[in-house]
Amino acid sequence: MSANLIHLLVEATLQTLYMVAISGLLGALFGLPLGVYLAISQRGELLSSPVINKVLGLVVNATRSVPFIILVVAIIPLTRMIAGTSIGTTAAIVPLTIAAVPFIARLVENAIREVDGGLIEAARSMGATPFQIIRKVLIPEALPSITLGLTLALVSLIGYSAMVGAVGGEGLGDLGIRYGYQRFMPDVMLVVVVILIVLVQLVQSLGEWIAARVDKRAPKSRGN
Amino acid sequence: MSTNITPKRDAQTRPERDGSPQGASIVFEDVGKSFHTPAGGTVTAVEDVNLTVEPGAMTGVIGRSGAGKSTLLRMVNGLERPTTGRIMVAGHDVGAADAGALRMIRRDVGMIFQHFNLLASRTVAGNIALPLEIAGEDRAKIPARVAELIERVGLSAQANRYPAELSGGQKQRVGIARALATSPKVLLSDEATSALDPETTQTVLALLRDINRDLGLTVLLITHEMAVVRDIASHMAVIDGGRIVEAGPTYDVFTQPRHPTTRSFLSGVTGVTLPAFIAGRLRDTPTRGTKEEEVIRVTFAGTHATDPMLALLSRDLGIEVNILAGAVEEIGARPFGNLLVSLDADRAQAAREYLERHGLLTEVLGYVS
Ligand SMILES: Nc1ncnc2c1ncn2[C@@H]1O[C@H](COP(=O)(O)OP(=O)(O)O)[C@@H](O)[C@H]1O
Ligand SMILES: [Mg+2]
Repeated sequence: MSANLIHLLVEATLQTLYMVAISGLLGALFGLPLGVYLAISQRGELLSSPVINKVLGLVVNATRSVPFIILVVAIIPLTRMIAGTSIGTTAAIVPLTIAAVPFIARLVENAIREVDGGLIEAARSMGATPFQIIRKVLIPEALPSITLGLTLALVSLIGYSAMVGAVGGEGLGDLGIRYGYQRFMPDVMLVVVVILIVLVQLVQSLGEWIAARVDKRAPKSRGN
Repeated sequence: MSTNITPKRDAQTRPERDGSPQGASIVFEDVGKSFHTPAGGTVTAVEDVNLTVEPGAMTGVIGRSGAGKSTLLRMVNGLERPTTGRIMVAGHDVGAADAGALRMIRRDVGMIFQHFNLLASRTVAGNIALPLEIAGEDRAKIPARVAELIERVGLSAQANRYPAELSGGQKQRVGIARALATSPKVLLSDEATSALDPETTQTVLALLRDINRDLGLTVLLITHEMAVVRDIASHMAVIDGGRIVEAGPTYDVFTQPRHPTTRSFLSGVTGVTLPAFIAGRLRDTPTRGTKEEEVIRVTFAGTHATDPMLALLSRDLGIEVNILAGAVEEIGARPFGNLLVSLDADRAQAAREYLERHGLLTEVLGYVS
Protein backbone atom coordinates (compact mmCIF):
# COMPACT_ATOMS: atom_id res chain seq x y z
CA MET A 1 0.00 0.00 0.00
CA SER A 2 1.45 3.31 -1.02
CA ALA A 3 2.43 6.10 1.32
CA ASN A 4 -0.23 8.18 -0.35
CA LEU A 5 -2.92 5.66 0.52
CA ILE A 6 -1.75 5.45 4.11
CA HIS A 7 -1.95 9.22 4.28
CA LEU A 8 -5.50 9.05 2.94
CA LEU A 9 -6.46 6.44 5.50
CA VAL A 10 -5.09 8.47 8.41
CA GLU A 11 -6.86 11.56 7.14
CA ALA A 12 -10.14 9.70 6.67
CA THR A 13 -9.91 8.24 10.18
CA LEU A 14 -9.42 11.71 11.63
CA GLN A 15 -12.35 13.05 9.59
CA THR A 16 -14.58 10.27 10.86
CA LEU A 17 -13.49 10.94 14.43
CA TYR A 18 -14.13 14.64 13.93
CA MET A 19 -17.63 14.14 12.59
CA VAL A 20 -18.58 11.58 15.22
CA ALA A 21 -17.11 13.58 18.08
CA ILE A 22 -18.76 16.86 17.19
CA SER A 23 -22.14 15.38 16.29
CA GLY A 24 -22.01 13.15 19.36
CA LEU A 25 -21.25 16.15 21.56
CA LEU A 26 -23.98 18.28 20.03
CA GLY A 27 -26.35 15.34 20.06
CA ALA A 28 -25.78 14.84 23.76
CA LEU A 29 -26.05 18.56 24.43
CA PHE A 30 -29.55 18.69 22.97
CA GLY A 31 -30.57 15.06 23.43
CA LEU A 32 -29.93 14.93 27.17
CA PRO A 33 -32.30 17.69 28.21
CA LEU A 34 -34.84 16.57 25.63
CA GLY A 35 -34.68 13.01 26.95
CA VAL A 36 -35.02 14.17 30.54
CA TYR A 37 -37.97 16.31 29.60
CA LEU A 38 -39.62 13.48 27.67
CA ALA A 39 -39.34 11.32 30.78
CA ILE A 40 -40.66 13.78 33.32
CA SER A 41 -43.39 15.41 31.24
CA GLN A 42 -45.36 12.19 30.93
CA ARG A 43 -48.76 12.06 32.54
CA GLY A 44 -48.43 11.84 36.30
CA GLU A 45 -44.69 12.45 36.33
CA LEU A 46 -42.67 15.25 37.87
CA LEU A 47 -43.53 17.96 35.33
CA SER A 48 -46.59 16.31 33.86
CA SER A 49 -47.68 17.99 30.63
CA PRO A 50 -49.09 15.22 28.46
CA VAL A 51 -49.83 17.38 25.41
CA ILE A 52 -46.32 18.78 25.00
CA ASN A 53 -44.99 15.33 25.73
CA LYS A 54 -47.09 13.83 22.95
CA VAL A 55 -46.05 16.47 20.43
CA LEU A 56 -42.36 16.13 21.25
CA GLY A 57 -42.68 12.37 21.13
CA LEU A 58 -44.19 12.58 17.64
CA VAL A 59 -41.39 14.83 16.40
CA VAL A 60 -38.79 12.50 17.85
CA ASN A 61 -40.40 9.45 16.31
CA ALA A 62 -40.78 11.17 12.95
CA THR A 63 -37.09 12.08 12.88
CA ARG A 64 -36.08 8.62 13.92
CA SER A 65 -38.19 6.92 11.29
CA VAL A 66 -36.50 8.70 8.36
CA PRO A 67 -33.66 6.55 7.00
CA PHE A 68 -30.41 8.40 7.57
CA ILE A 69 -29.41 8.61 3.94
CA ILE A 70 -32.79 10.22 3.12
CA LEU A 71 -32.42 12.61 6.06
CA VAL A 72 -29.04 13.74 4.77
CA VAL A 73 -30.49 14.71 1.43
CA ALA A 74 -33.83 16.00 2.70
CA ILE A 75 -32.31 18.59 5.01
CA ILE A 76 -29.77 19.99 2.58
CA PRO A 77 -31.35 23.50 2.71
CA LEU A 78 -31.16 23.44 6.51
CA THR A 79 -27.59 22.21 6.36
CA ARG A 80 -26.66 25.06 4.05
CA MET A 81 -28.31 27.53 6.42
CA ILE A 82 -26.44 26.26 9.46
CA ALA A 83 -23.04 25.27 8.04
CA GLY A 84 -22.92 27.83 5.24
CA THR A 85 -22.42 24.99 2.75
CA SER A 86 -24.22 21.78 2.03
CA ILE A 87 -21.19 19.75 1.09
CA GLY A 88 -18.13 18.63 2.95
CA THR A 89 -17.22 17.05 6.22
CA THR A 90 -18.31 19.95 8.40
CA ALA A 91 -21.65 20.16 6.63
CA ALA A 92 -22.16 16.45 7.30
CA ILE A 93 -22.18 17.20 11.00
CA VAL A 94 -25.62 18.79 10.66
CA PRO A 95 -27.52 15.66 9.55
CA LEU A 96 -25.46 13.53 11.92
CA THR A 97 -26.44 15.76 14.83
CA ILE A 98 -30.06 15.84 13.80
CA ALA A 99 -30.09 12.07 13.72
CA ALA A 100 -28.28 11.84 17.04
CA VAL A 101 -30.53 14.15 19.07
CA PRO A 102 -33.76 12.11 19.00
CA PHE A 103 -31.82 8.88 19.28
CA ILE A 104 -30.00 10.06 22.39
CA ALA A 105 -33.18 11.63 23.74
CA ARG A 106 -35.02 8.30 23.64
CA LEU A 107 -32.12 6.48 25.28
CA VAL A 108 -31.91 9.10 28.02
CA GLU A 109 -35.68 9.05 28.46
CA ASN A 110 -35.59 5.30 29.03
CA ALA A 111 -32.67 5.60 31.42
CA ILE A 112 -34.49 8.24 33.47
CA ARG A 113 -37.70 6.27 33.53
CA GLU A 114 -35.84 3.31 34.96
CA VAL A 115 -35.05 5.31 38.09
CA ASP A 116 -37.06 3.95 41.01
CA GLY A 117 -40.09 6.14 41.70
CA GLY A 118 -39.40 5.72 45.41
CA LEU A 119 -36.30 7.90 45.04
CA ILE A 120 -38.32 10.72 43.51
CA GLU A 121 -40.79 10.35 46.33
CA ALA A 122 -38.00 10.47 48.90
CA ALA A 123 -36.60 13.63 47.32
CA ARG A 124 -40.05 15.23 47.23
CA SER A 125 -40.48 14.37 50.90
CA MET A 126 -37.27 16.32 51.56
CA GLY A 127 -38.74 19.39 49.92
CA ALA A 128 -36.77 19.15 46.67
CA THR A 129 -37.74 21.27 43.68
CA PRO A 130 -38.27 19.49 40.36
CA PHE A 131 -34.94 20.88 39.16
CA GLN A 132 -33.18 19.55 42.27
CA ILE A 133 -34.75 16.16 41.70
CA ILE A 134 -33.46 16.12 38.12
CA ARG A 135 -29.98 17.24 39.05
CA LYS A 136 -29.44 15.35 42.30
CA VAL A 137 -31.52 12.23 41.83
CA LEU A 138 -32.59 11.42 38.28
CA ILE A 139 -29.38 12.12 36.37
CA PRO A 140 -26.92 10.66 38.90
CA GLU A 141 -29.06 7.56 39.34
CA ALA A 142 -29.52 7.11 35.59
CA LEU A 143 -25.87 7.84 34.79
CA PRO A 144 -24.77 4.23 34.18
CA SER A 145 -27.62 3.71 31.71
CA ILE A 146 -27.10 7.13 30.15
CA THR A 147 -23.42 6.31 29.64
CA LEU A 148 -24.29 3.07 27.90
CA GLY A 149 -26.88 4.93 25.81
CA LEU A 150 -24.33 7.52 24.70
CA THR A 151 -21.95 4.70 23.82
CA LEU A 152 -24.61 3.12 21.65
CA ALA A 153 -25.26 6.51 20.03
CA LEU A 154 -21.56 7.01 19.24
CA VAL A 155 -21.33 3.55 17.69
CA SER A 156 -24.38 4.33 15.54
CA LEU A 157 -22.85 7.66 14.55
CA ILE A 158 -19.71 5.89 13.36
CA GLY A 159 -21.96 3.85 11.10
CA TYR A 160 -23.98 6.85 9.92
CA SER A 161 -20.82 8.84 9.23
CA ALA A 162 -19.96 6.32 6.52
CA MET A 163 -23.00 7.45 4.53
CA VAL A 164 -22.27 11.16 4.39
CA GLY A 165 -20.10 10.71 1.28
CA ALA A 166 -23.39 11.23 -0.53
CA VAL A 167 -23.17 14.94 0.26
CA GLY A 168 -19.44 15.23 -0.08
CA GLY A 169 -18.64 14.38 3.48
CA GLU A 170 -15.39 12.53 3.74
CA GLY A 171 -14.10 10.01 6.24
CA LEU A 172 -13.62 6.27 6.33
CA GLY A 173 -16.91 5.31 4.72
CA ASP A 174 -16.39 7.66 1.83
CA LEU A 175 -12.83 6.38 1.34
CA GLY A 176 -14.03 2.81 1.32
CA ILE A 177 -16.67 3.56 -1.31
CA ARG A 178 -14.46 5.65 -3.58
CA TYR A 179 -11.30 3.54 -3.47
CA GLY A 180 -12.34 0.13 -2.25
CA TYR A 181 -15.50 -0.13 -4.30
CA GLN A 182 -15.37 2.25 -7.24
CA ARG A 183 -11.66 1.72 -7.96
CA PHE A 184 -11.64 -1.97 -7.10
CA MET A 185 -9.04 -1.77 -4.33
CA PRO A 186 -10.15 -4.53 -1.96
CA ASP A 187 -7.12 -3.98 0.28
CA VAL A 188 -8.29 -0.41 0.98
CA MET A 189 -11.78 -1.68 1.67
CA LEU A 190 -10.37 -4.24 4.08
CA VAL A 191 -8.30 -1.70 5.95
CA VAL A 192 -11.27 0.67 6.20
CA VAL A 193 -13.43 -2.09 7.61
CA VAL A 194 -10.75 -3.09 10.11
CA ILE A 195 -10.31 0.50 11.28
CA LEU A 196 -14.07 0.88 11.69
CA ILE A 197 -14.24 -2.34 13.70
CA VAL A 198 -11.40 -1.17 15.94
CA LEU A 199 -13.04 2.24 16.43
CA VAL A 200 -16.35 0.69 17.38
CA GLN A 201 -14.61 -1.71 19.74
CA LEU A 202 -12.71 1.12 21.40
CA VAL A 203 -15.80 3.28 21.85
CA GLN A 204 -17.81 0.35 23.15
CA SER A 205 -15.15 -0.76 25.62
CA LEU A 206 -14.51 2.75 26.86
CA GLY A 207 -18.24 3.35 27.30
CA GLU A 208 -18.71 0.12 29.21
CA TRP A 209 -15.70 0.86 31.38
CA ILE A 210 -17.02 4.30 32.30
CA ALA A 211 -20.51 2.92 32.91
CA ALA A 212 -19.11 0.29 35.25
CA ARG A 213 -17.12 2.95 37.07
CA VAL A 214 -20.17 5.10 37.73
CA ASP A 215 -22.45 2.18 38.53
CA LYS A 216 -22.66 1.67 42.29
CA ARG A 217 -25.73 -0.50 42.17
CA ALA A 218 -24.03 -3.85 42.54
CA PRO A 219 -21.64 -4.50 45.42
CA LYS A 220 -18.01 -4.65 44.36
CA SER A 221 -15.35 -6.61 46.10
CA ARG A 222 -13.26 -4.23 48.11
CA GLY A 223 -9.52 -3.96 48.49
CA ASN A 224 -9.57 -4.77 52.19
CA MET B 1 -29.94 23.36 65.16
CA SER B 2 -27.49 20.51 65.21
CA THR B 3 -26.99 20.33 68.95
CA ASN B 4 -30.10 18.31 69.59
CA ILE B 5 -28.82 15.30 67.71
CA THR B 6 -26.16 14.32 70.20
CA PRO B 7 -28.23 12.97 73.01
CA LYS B 8 -27.61 12.83 76.67
CA ARG B 9 -28.66 9.29 77.37
CA ASP B 10 -30.44 9.58 80.68
CA ALA B 11 -32.24 6.28 81.03
CA GLN B 12 -35.98 6.05 80.57
CA THR B 13 -36.96 9.66 81.08
CA ARG B 14 -38.04 11.98 78.32
CA PRO B 15 -35.56 14.81 78.48
CA GLU B 16 -36.86 18.32 78.96
CA ARG B 17 -35.16 19.86 76.01
CA ASP B 18 -34.55 23.45 76.99
CA GLY B 19 -38.15 24.50 77.22
CA SER B 20 -40.37 23.54 74.33
CA PRO B 21 -40.50 20.01 73.03
CA GLN B 22 -39.43 19.65 69.43
CA GLY B 23 -42.34 17.50 68.39
CA ALA B 24 -45.07 19.09 66.34
CA SER B 25 -48.72 18.18 66.55
CA ILE B 26 -50.52 16.54 63.66
CA VAL B 27 -54.26 16.98 63.47
CA PHE B 28 -56.52 15.30 60.93
CA GLU B 29 -59.87 17.04 60.58
CA ASP B 30 -62.57 15.19 58.64
CA VAL B 31 -59.93 14.01 56.23
CA GLY B 32 -60.92 12.04 53.17
CA LYS B 33 -58.97 11.07 50.09
CA SER B 34 -60.21 9.44 46.93
CA PHE B 35 -58.35 8.58 43.76
CA HIS B 36 -59.48 8.46 40.18
CA THR B 37 -58.78 5.13 38.64
CA PRO B 38 -57.60 4.81 35.04
CA ALA B 39 -60.87 3.00 34.32
CA GLY B 40 -62.78 6.19 35.17
CA GLY B 41 -64.05 5.24 38.62
CA THR B 42 -63.00 6.49 42.00
CA VAL B 43 -61.42 4.67 44.91
CA THR B 44 -61.89 6.01 48.40
CA ALA B 45 -58.65 5.36 50.24
CA VAL B 46 -59.28 7.40 53.40
CA GLU B 47 -62.59 8.56 54.82
CA ASP B 48 -63.81 10.69 57.75
CA VAL B 49 -60.55 10.64 59.62
CA ASN B 50 -60.43 12.73 62.77
CA LEU B 51 -57.26 12.08 64.65
CA THR B 52 -54.94 14.09 66.85
CA VAL B 53 -51.39 12.83 67.02
CA GLU B 54 -49.76 13.67 70.35
CA PRO B 55 -46.77 16.00 69.95
CA GLY B 56 -43.56 14.26 70.92
CA ALA B 57 -45.20 10.85 71.17
CA MET B 58 -44.84 7.75 69.09
CA THR B 59 -48.10 6.90 67.43
CA GLY B 60 -48.65 3.73 65.46
CA VAL B 61 -51.38 3.34 62.88
CA ILE B 62 -52.14 -0.26 62.12
CA GLY B 63 -54.21 -1.65 59.33
CA ARG B 64 -54.32 -4.37 56.76
CA SER B 65 -52.91 -4.03 53.28
CA GLY B 66 -55.01 -1.54 51.31
CA ALA B 67 -56.60 -0.07 54.44
CA GLY B 68 -55.34 3.39 53.52
CA LYS B 69 -52.32 3.65 55.81
CA SER B 70 -49.84 4.93 53.25
CA THR B 71 -52.34 7.40 51.88
CA LEU B 72 -53.02 8.71 55.37
CA LEU B 73 -49.30 9.12 56.07
CA ARG B 74 -48.50 10.68 52.71
CA MET B 75 -51.04 13.41 53.32
CA VAL B 76 -49.04 14.57 56.34
CA ASN B 77 -46.16 15.78 54.17
CA GLY B 78 -48.30 16.66 51.21
CA LEU B 79 -47.23 13.82 48.94
CA GLU B 80 -50.99 13.42 48.57
CA ARG B 81 -53.52 16.18 49.04
CA PRO B 82 -56.73 15.40 50.90
CA THR B 83 -59.91 15.45 48.87
CA THR B 84 -61.87 16.65 51.88
CA GLY B 85 -61.00 18.04 55.30
CA ARG B 86 -57.61 19.31 56.34
CA ILE B 87 -54.40 18.23 57.98
CA MET B 88 -52.63 20.59 60.33
CA VAL B 89 -48.94 19.99 60.98
CA ALA B 90 -47.45 22.31 63.58
CA GLY B 91 -50.33 24.65 62.83
CA HIS B 92 -49.83 24.66 59.04
CA ASP B 93 -52.58 23.47 56.76
CA VAL B 94 -50.59 21.06 54.60
CA GLY B 95 -53.28 20.47 52.01
CA ALA B 96 -53.66 24.18 51.35
CA ALA B 97 -49.94 25.00 51.16
CA ASP B 98 -48.56 26.13 47.80
CA ALA B 99 -45.46 24.48 46.36
CA GLY B 100 -43.04 26.79 48.12
CA ALA B 101 -44.74 26.56 51.50
CA LEU B 102 -44.99 22.81 51.12
CA ARG B 103 -41.24 22.53 50.57
CA MET B 104 -40.67 24.43 53.79
CA ILE B 105 -43.10 22.19 55.70
CA ARG B 106 -41.37 19.10 54.32
CA ARG B 107 -38.06 20.16 55.82
CA ASP B 108 -39.78 19.82 59.18
CA VAL B 109 -41.16 16.40 58.37
CA GLY B 110 -38.71 13.53 57.83
CA MET B 111 -39.86 10.31 56.21
CA ILE B 112 -38.56 6.76 56.12
CA PHE B 113 -39.70 4.07 53.74
CA GLN B 114 -40.20 0.33 53.60
CA HIS B 115 -37.73 -0.04 50.76
CA PHE B 116 -35.37 2.62 52.12
CA ASN B 117 -35.30 4.65 48.87
CA LEU B 118 -31.60 5.38 49.10
CA LEU B 119 -29.68 6.73 46.12
CA ALA B 120 -27.53 3.92 44.76
CA SER B 121 -25.17 6.51 43.30
CA ARG B 122 -24.33 8.08 46.64
CA THR B 123 -22.43 6.78 49.62
CA VAL B 124 -23.93 6.59 53.08
CA ALA B 125 -22.58 10.07 53.79
CA GLY B 126 -23.78 11.34 50.42
CA ASN B 127 -27.28 10.06 51.01
CA ILE B 128 -27.48 11.72 54.40
CA ALA B 129 -26.16 14.95 52.92
CA LEU B 130 -28.90 15.04 50.27
CA PRO B 131 -31.66 16.70 52.31
CA LEU B 132 -29.14 19.25 53.57
CA GLU B 133 -28.09 20.09 50.01
CA ILE B 134 -31.74 20.33 49.02
CA ALA B 135 -32.44 22.66 51.93
CA GLY B 136 -29.59 24.88 50.72
CA GLU B 137 -27.49 24.27 53.81
CA ASP B 138 -24.06 25.92 53.85
CA ARG B 139 -21.77 23.46 52.03
CA ALA B 140 -19.03 23.89 54.59
CA LYS B 141 -21.28 22.82 57.43
CA ILE B 142 -22.67 19.69 55.82
CA PRO B 143 -19.82 17.22 56.52
CA ALA B 144 -19.85 17.84 60.27
CA ARG B 145 -23.60 17.49 60.46
CA VAL B 146 -23.48 14.30 58.38
CA ALA B 147 -20.79 12.82 60.61
CA GLU B 148 -22.90 13.57 63.64
CA LEU B 149 -25.91 11.81 62.12
CA ILE B 150 -23.86 8.82 60.98
CA GLU B 151 -22.60 8.38 64.48
CA ARG B 152 -26.11 8.75 65.85
CA VAL B 153 -27.26 5.73 63.88
CA GLY B 154 -24.06 3.78 64.47
CA LEU B 155 -22.72 3.64 60.93
CA SER B 156 -19.38 5.41 61.31
CA ALA B 157 -17.52 2.46 59.79
CA GLN B 158 -19.77 2.50 56.73
CA ALA B 159 -19.73 6.23 55.97
CA ASN B 160 -18.11 5.82 52.56
CA ARG B 161 -19.89 2.68 51.49
CA TYR B 162 -22.59 2.53 48.89
CA PRO B 163 -26.09 1.25 49.74
CA ALA B 164 -25.50 -1.90 47.68
CA GLU B 165 -22.81 -2.84 50.18
CA LEU B 166 -25.10 -2.56 53.21
CA SER B 167 -27.52 -4.91 54.93
CA GLY B 168 -31.22 -4.07 55.13
CA GLY B 169 -30.92 -2.89 58.71
CA GLN B 170 -27.97 -0.66 57.84
CA LYS B 171 -29.85 0.79 54.89
CA GLN B 172 -32.76 1.69 57.13
CA ARG B 173 -30.35 3.35 59.55
CA VAL B 174 -29.15 5.48 56.66
CA GLY B 175 -32.78 6.22 55.87
CA ILE B 176 -33.35 7.30 59.46
CA ALA B 177 -30.24 9.48 59.58
CA ARG B 178 -31.27 11.07 56.30
CA ALA B 179 -34.76 11.74 57.61
CA LEU B 180 -33.30 13.43 60.68
CA ALA B 181 -30.79 15.55 58.79
CA THR B 182 -32.81 18.74 58.69
CA SER B 183 -33.80 18.41 62.38
CA PRO B 184 -37.46 17.76 61.63
CA LYS B 185 -40.28 18.09 64.13
CA VAL B 186 -42.08 15.04 62.78
CA LEU B 187 -40.85 11.67 61.59
CA LEU B 188 -43.09 9.62 59.33
CA SER B 189 -42.45 5.93 58.91
CA ASP B 190 -44.13 3.91 56.18
CA GLU B 191 -43.68 0.25 57.12
CA ALA B 192 -40.03 0.94 57.89
CA THR B 193 -39.37 -2.51 59.28
CA SER B 194 -41.56 -4.58 56.98
CA ALA B 195 -38.67 -5.55 54.73
CA LEU B 196 -36.44 -6.55 57.65
CA ASP B 197 -36.00 -9.80 59.52
CA PRO B 198 -37.35 -9.93 63.10
CA GLU B 199 -33.99 -9.38 64.75
CA THR B 200 -33.08 -6.39 62.62
CA THR B 201 -36.60 -5.08 63.12
CA GLN B 202 -35.95 -4.98 66.85
CA THR B 203 -32.74 -2.99 66.48
CA VAL B 204 -34.34 -0.51 64.10
CA LEU B 205 -37.34 -0.10 66.41
CA ALA B 206 -35.00 0.45 69.32
CA LEU B 207 -33.24 3.17 67.34
CA LEU B 208 -36.55 4.85 66.56
CA ARG B 209 -37.52 4.69 70.22
CA ASP B 210 -34.19 6.23 71.27
CA ILE B 211 -34.54 8.98 68.72
CA ASN B 212 -38.06 9.76 69.82
CA ARG B 213 -36.97 9.88 73.42
CA ASP B 214 -33.80 11.87 72.85
CA LEU B 215 -35.05 14.35 70.30
CA GLY B 216 -38.65 14.53 71.39
CA LEU B 217 -39.90 14.66 67.85
CA THR B 218 -43.35 13.36 66.95
CA VAL B 219 -43.22 9.94 65.32
CA LEU B 220 -46.11 8.71 63.24
CA LEU B 221 -45.57 5.22 61.97
CA ILE B 222 -47.76 2.91 60.00
CA THR B 223 -47.49 -0.83 60.04
CA HIS B 224 -49.47 -3.98 59.52
CA GLU B 225 -47.71 -5.65 62.45
CA MET B 226 -49.24 -5.30 65.88
CA ALA B 227 -45.91 -6.28 67.45
CA VAL B 228 -44.37 -3.07 66.13
CA VAL B 229 -47.11 -0.98 67.73
CA ARG B 230 -46.84 -2.92 70.97
CA ASP B 231 -43.07 -2.52 71.11
CA ILE B 232 -42.68 1.18 70.50
CA ALA B 233 -45.92 3.12 70.13
CA SER B 234 -47.34 4.93 73.14
CA HIS B 235 -50.47 5.76 71.18
CA MET B 236 -52.17 3.89 68.40
CA ALA B 237 -54.98 3.97 65.92
CA VAL B 238 -56.54 1.17 63.93
CA ILE B 239 -57.51 1.88 60.35
CA ASP B 240 -59.90 -0.31 58.42
CA GLY B 241 -61.40 0.45 55.04
CA GLY B 242 -59.97 3.97 55.16
CA ARG B 243 -61.59 4.79 58.51
CA ILE B 244 -60.05 5.03 61.94
CA VAL B 245 -62.05 2.49 63.89
CA GLU B 246 -60.24 2.75 67.19
CA ALA B 247 -57.63 5.07 68.68
CA GLY B 248 -56.07 5.80 72.03
CA PRO B 249 -53.12 5.01 74.26
CA THR B 250 -51.63 1.69 73.15
CA TYR B 251 -52.07 0.12 76.55
CA ASP B 252 -55.75 0.95 76.64
CA VAL B 253 -56.39 -0.33 73.14
CA PHE B 254 -54.49 -3.52 73.86
CA THR B 255 -56.26 -4.16 77.13
CA GLN B 256 -59.73 -3.02 76.08
CA PRO B 257 -60.07 -3.53 72.34
CA ARG B 258 -63.52 -2.62 71.07
CA HIS B 259 -63.46 -3.11 67.33
CA PRO B 260 -63.33 -6.57 65.75
CA THR B 261 -60.44 -5.50 63.53
CA THR B 262 -58.43 -4.52 66.58
CA ARG B 263 -59.22 -7.85 68.20
CA SER B 264 -58.11 -9.80 65.20
CA PHE B 265 -54.84 -7.88 65.09
CA LEU B 266 -54.42 -8.55 68.79
CA SER B 267 -54.98 -12.27 68.53
CA GLY B 268 -52.17 -12.27 66.01
CA VAL B 269 -49.72 -10.53 68.29
CA THR B 270 -50.51 -11.94 71.71
CA GLY B 271 -49.87 -15.43 70.44
CA VAL B 272 -52.68 -16.47 72.75
CA THR B 273 -55.02 -18.50 70.61
CA LEU B 274 -57.27 -21.40 71.39
CA PRO B 275 -55.84 -24.86 70.85
CA ALA B 276 -57.24 -26.25 67.61
CA PHE B 277 -59.17 -29.09 69.26
CA ILE B 278 -61.16 -26.57 71.28
CA ALA B 279 -61.49 -23.90 68.61
CA GLY B 280 -63.06 -26.50 66.32
CA ARG B 281 -65.78 -27.37 68.83
CA LEU B 282 -66.53 -23.83 69.96
CA ARG B 283 -70.17 -22.69 69.70
CA ASP B 284 -71.39 -19.12 69.98
CA THR B 285 -74.38 -19.87 72.21
CA PRO B 286 -74.84 -22.22 75.11
CA THR B 287 -77.03 -25.29 74.63
CA ARG B 288 -79.67 -25.47 77.33
CA GLY B 289 -79.74 -28.40 79.67
CA THR B 290 -76.37 -29.83 78.77
CA LYS B 291 -73.25 -29.90 80.85
CA GLU B 292 -70.80 -27.58 79.16
CA GLU B 293 -67.91 -25.23 79.67
CA GLU B 294 -67.73 -21.55 78.89
CA VAL B 295 -64.52 -20.40 77.22
CA ILE B 296 -63.44 -16.92 78.22
CA ARG B 297 -60.52 -14.63 77.60
CA VAL B 298 -59.22 -12.99 80.77
CA THR B 299 -56.94 -10.04 80.42
CA PHE B 300 -54.87 -8.82 83.30
CA ALA B 301 -54.06 -5.15 83.12
CA GLY B 302 -51.47 -3.37 85.22
CA THR B 303 -50.41 -4.86 88.54
CA HIS B 304 -53.09 -7.54 88.49
CA ALA B 305 -51.01 -9.41 86.01
CA THR B 306 -48.83 -10.66 88.79
CA ASP B 307 -51.64 -11.55 91.14
CA PRO B 308 -52.65 -15.17 91.32
CA MET B 309 -56.26 -14.29 90.54
CA LEU B 310 -57.32 -17.70 89.31
CA ALA B 311 -56.07 -19.31 92.50
CA LEU B 312 -58.07 -16.77 94.49
CA LEU B 313 -61.11 -17.50 92.35
CA SER B 314 -61.09 -21.17 93.20
CA ARG B 315 -60.38 -20.42 96.86
CA ASP B 316 -63.16 -17.82 97.28
CA LEU B 317 -65.84 -19.28 94.99
CA GLY B 318 -64.71 -22.85 94.68
CA ILE B 319 -64.75 -22.62 90.88
CA GLU B 320 -62.13 -24.68 89.09
CA VAL B 321 -60.61 -23.11 86.02
CA ASN B 322 -58.87 -24.86 83.15
CA ILE B 323 -56.13 -22.81 81.55
CA LEU B 324 -56.11 -23.33 77.80
CA ALA B 325 -53.46 -20.81 76.77
CA GLY B 326 -51.85 -17.73 78.16
CA ALA B 327 -49.00 -15.29 78.19
CA VAL B 328 -47.88 -12.18 80.01
CA GLU B 329 -46.48 -9.41 77.85
CA GLU B 330 -45.12 -5.96 78.30
CA ILE B 331 -46.82 -3.04 76.61
CA GLY B 332 -45.32 0.35 77.18
CA ALA B 333 -43.30 -1.07 80.08
CA ARG B 334 -46.51 -2.26 81.77
CA PRO B 335 -47.37 -5.92 82.23
CA PHE B 336 -50.35 -7.21 80.35
CA GLY B 337 -51.57 -10.78 80.77
CA ASN B 338 -53.79 -12.66 78.41
CA LEU B 339 -55.34 -15.99 79.44
CA LEU B 340 -57.77 -18.28 77.72
CA VAL B 341 -59.63 -20.41 80.23
CA SER B 342 -62.67 -22.64 80.38
CA LEU B 343 -64.94 -23.21 83.34
CA ASP B 344 -68.31 -24.61 84.26
CA ALA B 345 -70.83 -22.66 82.18
CA ASP B 346 -73.38 -22.59 84.98
CA ARG B 347 -71.03 -20.79 87.31
CA ALA B 348 -69.21 -18.73 84.69
CA GLN B 349 -71.32 -15.66 85.27
CA ALA B 350 -70.33 -15.50 88.91
CA ALA B 351 -66.69 -16.12 88.06
CA ARG B 352 -66.62 -13.34 85.49
CA GLU B 353 -68.20 -10.91 87.91
CA TYR B 354 -65.65 -11.88 90.54
CA LEU B 355 -62.76 -11.30 88.15
CA GLU B 356 -64.16 -8.01 86.89
CA ARG B 357 -64.64 -6.87 90.47
CA HIS B 358 -60.92 -7.40 90.94
CA GLY B 359 -60.02 -5.25 87.97
CA LEU B 360 -59.60 -7.93 85.34
CA LEU B 361 -61.34 -7.93 81.99
CA THR B 362 -63.22 -10.87 80.61
CA GLU B 363 -64.63 -11.70 77.23
CA VAL B 364 -66.81 -14.71 76.41
CA LEU B 365 -65.46 -16.55 73.39
CA GLY B 366 -67.96 -19.42 73.23
CA TYR B 367 -69.03 -22.76 74.64
CA VAL B 368 -67.81 -26.31 74.42
CA SER B 369 -69.41 -29.45 75.78
N1 LIG C 1 -52.34 6.76 43.53
C1 LIG C 1 -53.41 5.95 43.68
N2 LIG C 1 -54.29 5.80 42.69
C2 LIG C 1 -55.36 4.99 42.83
N3 LIG C 1 -55.64 4.29 43.93
C3 LIG C 1 -54.79 4.39 44.96
C4 LIG C 1 -53.64 5.21 44.90
N4 LIG C 1 -52.96 5.11 46.08
C5 LIG C 1 -53.68 4.25 46.83
N5 LIG C 1 -54.77 3.83 46.17
C6 LIG C 1 -55.80 2.91 46.69
O1 LIG C 1 -56.17 3.36 47.97
C7 LIG C 1 -56.32 2.29 48.85
C8 LIG C 1 -55.42 2.46 50.05
O2 LIG C 1 -54.08 2.35 49.63
P1 LIG C 1 -52.86 2.54 50.60
O3 LIG C 1 -53.00 3.82 51.32
O4 LIG C 1 -51.62 2.33 49.83
O5 LIG C 1 -53.08 1.34 51.61
P2 LIG C 1 -52.05 0.65 52.63
O6 LIG C 1 -50.83 1.49 52.72
O7 LIG C 1 -52.81 0.56 53.90
O8 LIG C 1 -51.77 -0.71 52.08
C9 LIG C 1 -56.05 1.02 48.06
O9 LIG C 1 -57.28 0.50 47.62
C10 LIG C 1 -55.26 1.51 46.90
O10 LIG C 1 -55.45 0.70 45.79
MG1 LIG D 1 -48.80 1.02 52.26
